[in-house]
Amino acid sequence: MPDTRARGHASLPKAPTGIHGLDEITGGGLPQGRPTLVCGSAGCGKTLMAMEFLVRGATEFNEPGVFFAFEETAAELAENVRSLGFDLDELAAQDRIAVEHIRIERSEIEEAGEFDLEGLFIRLGLAIDTVGAKRVVLDTLETLFGGFSNEAILRSELRRLFRWLKDRGVTAVITAERGDGTLTRQGLEEYVSDCVILLDHRVNDQTSTRRLRIVKYRGTSHGTNEYPFLIDAAGFSVLPLTSLGLEHEAANERVSTGIARLDEMLGGGPYRGTSVLLSGTAGTGKSSIAAHFAEASCRRGERCLYYSFEESQSQILRNMRSIGLELAPWIERGLLTFVSTRPTFYGLEMHLAAMHKHIREYDPKLVVVDPMSNFISAGTVHEAQAMLLRLVDFLKARQTTALFLSLTSGGGALEATEQNISSLIDTWVLLRDIELGGERNRGLHVLKCRGTAHSNQVREFVLTSHGVDLRDVYVGPEGVLTGSMRLAQEARERAAAEARSQRIAGKRRELERKRRVLEAQVAALQTEFSTEEAELELLIAAEEQASQRIVDDRGDMARSRQVKGPRGGQG
Amino acid sequence: MNSERDDRGLDDGVWELRLYVAGQTPKSMKAVENLQRMCEEHLPGRYKIEVVDLLKNPRLAKEDEIVAIPTLVRKLPDPIRRVIGDLSNVEKALVGLQLRPTRST
Repeated sequence: MPDTRARGHASLPKAPTGIHGLDEITGGGLPQGRPTLVCGSAGCGKTLMAMEFLVRGATEFNEPGVFFAFEETAAELAENVRSLGFDLDELAAQDRIAVEHIRIERSEIEEAGEFDLEGLFIRLGLAIDTVGAKRVVLDTLETLFGGFSNEAILRSELRRLFRWLKDRGVTAVITAERGDGTLTRQGLEEYVSDCVILLDHRVNDQTSTRRLRIVKYRGTSHGTNEYPFLIDAAGFSVLPLTSLGLEHEAANERVSTGIARLDEMLGGGPYRGTSVLLSGTAGTGKSSIAAHFAEASCRRGERCLYYSFEESQSQILRNMRSIGLELAPWIERGLLTFVSTRPTFYGLEMHLAAMHKHIREYDPKLVVVDPMSNFISAGTVHEAQAMLLRLVDFLKARQTTALFLSLTSGGGALEATEQNISSLIDTWVLLRDIELGGERNRGLHVLKCRGTAHSNQVREFVLTSHGVDLRDVYVGPEGVLTGSMRLAQEARERAAAEARSQRIAGKRRELERKRRVLEAQVAALQTEFSTEEAELELLIAAEEQASQRIVDDRGDMARSRQVKGPRGGQG
Repeated sequence: MNSERDDRGLDDGVWELRLYVAGQTPKSMKAVENLQRMCEEHLPGRYKIEVVDLLKNPRLAKEDEIVAIPTLVRKLPDPIRRVIGDLSNVEKALVGLQLRPTRST
């Protein structure tokens, strides 16, 4: 249960209705022990609201109730509310709810003199005592005016009835048809002075919106606006518009976008619970980035709710498969839910009410709205803005990260604040076409990111078969280049570099060759030298031998002379 | 043929009337009084009046679908007719009970 907002000091005791949103704007519920008038035109949900009040009272607040139906039989009623999951028969069997049909057939009744409605009082009293009722619904009391012609008696009896209800201390809801210029056809508001709720069903531009307003609530401060409300398979829910303040906590945790380089640009990813706007012209890849976001959320085990206002679930699944993102397994595991409706399917308030309801029930950590710009087609720009403001507030209060996609029209200024919601947006990533050299390429940059020193760079953003890829754009002497011009420039640079390296290799080879030649020459010279050296060595050896021989010969000769020489003298 | 016999039965049969009141209020006393006088005058010897006090038998209020008090119900002859009020307006009461016949005039 959301906090009740207007719980004043020593305020009136209240009976909670259990209806989403209604307890919030009434500050806790309907005045306890007093009658409340619910009026509205045919088909605006009076009976349903009254019934939900009763059923929730019996099932959630342990307050049994009595439903007096003047228009439908008990069986018809049970049938009608079964679609909302209320089993009246079961509740009746447990004596928690008593449904009684009061049949008044004008044609069968002749009035002959004074009468009163004591029979009704007796029946009410009996029914209240039987189930120990704390709550009573009279739907639609005004039928009495059709059944009896003596209006003076009826009016005094109604006055007595309301007093009687108060004396019994039951919290009563009385429904009434709306009259011309008055709240109720029979002026019942005269008798019920404590709380009057007006239901309305308006059709604007072929879309219908149900609205609820508290006309009066004695002794309580209450929301005075018209609040849109929704009736669907789970009953009634009212959407408080303005009850949210700027009190949400700011988380320090970052969540990944699923694209590493985008996270880098955002200083680690957007903060949890903030709102991210992804805007760009048609075909700039917004949905692809959103799908990455969603997938990253699922990977972390966090539920993601994806509102798709342009494509069906299967179409998105197929398209994302083409860039390598398989989302189907996450759907099967209950982590990803698509809601695909046309924005024009119902009015903005209904959209908002429906979204509130989904978000409350599914409790996602990430909500993707693809695209929000379509809401303008369901209302005026001003209304769309108010609605988005409320949605952003609601999500922030829940600490739910929101990703809004916005389609900007080609011609307009890209950075013009869309729907004037940029002030609500914490992170704004802009996707743009960069048209250069006869082709369009996708560029991505971060326009703003609160609380982060975000990158100022434009990145080129490429869709590949394995997802989104962010590349640096070419920034060089030739300027900023993208796409095939970037590729061509890169190729040119590659060629030049290759040529350079080839030249270097050539020089290296030449050097090597020269060294080899030199070394060969050195080797040859050494060989020659050693050959000559050997020859000379031989010659030297031979000479030395020869000279030795001469010495030897001389010695021999001398010796031989001395042997023959003593008589002969000196010669 | 049926309707003819019923028409005759309207004259001859016994009228079963039930008057629902809530306690001994002046209004209910007056209603009982008025009813008896009316029956004596128009249905001498051919009527049965049962007075039901819903304060004593509150369940009957639901079963017989009573809202206004006093309510006079003609159980027989068929069809059931209802007249509410203290029957001080005799003319209307007779019309309501279909006792103001057009046949004799």
